[in-house]
Amino acid sequence: MIEFTFWDIVRNLLLAARWTVLLSLAAFIGGGIVGLIVLFFRIAKNKWSRRIASGYIALFQGTPLLMQLFLMFFGLPMLGLRIEPWTAAVLGLTFFASAYLAEIWRSGVAALPLGQWDAGASLGLHYLQELRLIILPQAFSITRAPTVGFLVQLIKSTALTSIIGFEELVRTSNAINNATFEPFKVYGLVALIFFVMCFPLTQYARKLEKQMPAR
Amino acid sequence: MAFAWLPGAVGDIARGALTTILLIAVTTLAGTFLSILGAAGRRNGPVLLKRAIAWYVEIIRNTPFLVQLFFIFFGLPSLGIRLDPVLAAILAMTLNMAAYTIEIVGAGLDAVPGGQTEAALALGLRPRQVFIKIVLPQALKVIFPALTSQIVIMMLESAVVSQIAVRELTYEADMLQARTFRSFETYFVVTLVYLALSMALRRLLVTGGRRVLGAGVS
Repeated sequence: MIEFTFWDIVRNLLLAARWTVLLSLAAFIGGGIVGLIVLFFRIAKNKWSRRIASGYIALFQGTPLLMQLFLMFFGLPMLGLRIEPWTAAVLGLTFFASAYLAEIWRSGVAALPLGQWDAGASLGLHYLQELRLIILPQAFSITRAPTVGFLVQLIKSTALTSIIGFEELVRTSNAINNATFEPFKVYGLVALIFFVMCFPLTQYARKLEKQMPAR
Repeated sequence: MAFAWLPGAVGDIARGALTTILLIAVTTLAGTFLSILGAAGRRNGPVLLKRAIAWYVEIIRNTPFLVQLFFIFFGLPSLGIRLDPVLAAILAMTLNMAAYTIEIVGAGLDAVPGGQTEAALALGLRPRQVFIKIVLPQALKVIFPALTSQIVIMMLESAVVSQIAVRELTYEADMLQARTFRSFETYFVVTLVYLALSMALRRLLVTGGRRVLGAGVS
């Protein structure tokens, strides 16, 4: 049996935490891009496009993330794609994040007075210009707090990718625990590392919320 | 895609779904109760209790549920607290849900106008009666939609407790796919079952809330 000192455990966990951070960032950026596309469908003038987008959002918000990850992991190989845990994890979390982000940003768009659209149109802007110059900047700025809040949720959700075999913080901690038989210390440290990552963001989201002018 | 295994698996899936429903039912009751105590304590308790509740909420909200579950199931036995998987799952789910619903219930308590308490006290009700009979029902009515969402989220997160071998829906799915070698199809069917469960749970809570509390839930 290999001897692990306390610092060995901490060092290994911190090294694994890099993957948690990287996965969170990749999923947040990917989810932002896909979420933007879903948002376009969700606020489009066409009734069917809106329906499809709300169906997409309801699907991802109404099923467990763990199932979504399993379906990615086992489903993509059926389409003939060779898939590693990393790919399944990034894709799964990207689609998960896109549904939530689209819904958050949609609430921002819905919160804007209709006069904003009318004013844009009366300035001679066409639909895409209105979105890009008037609607989306305001929608993003009033939904900054929930967006940061969702980032915290996303970081916590990366823990689930350990179950489909992605080597991040939790999977590494399982391995260390199996070698050291010190679950209290190991999982306590993992919780601490997650806390250190999430707590500043939570505080930041709270600060943004306070700064919001009351309407 | 092949679904020839499905007829033989209906029993297992139903049993798993039943366990999931049981888990969320117990968690909902225990979690709501705990969060009422927590929210009340955070407003009227001694300073030390207030601070302890605030830290509890922060710690749970900023760590993953999976890690909390592992900590409770694998970590607590080294303190001499040994729980069987179902109990550990219920404990983890309740503690997790309460951290979120304490804030929700608290917001509801704050939304009840102070005049309600004053009026009830003036009628001669004792402080405890004021809280239980006057303030709490009005608070629950206000927060019911938020509470419903949180319960549905918790139901979906309960998929994770399969990792400590609680025989709920996801655990049954894991077993089925190991037997049938039809991983995608199995998880596809079980995902649909989860979707149906979450829709049914939301519908049930909305109807129940409207009938019992008169809560205006859309």
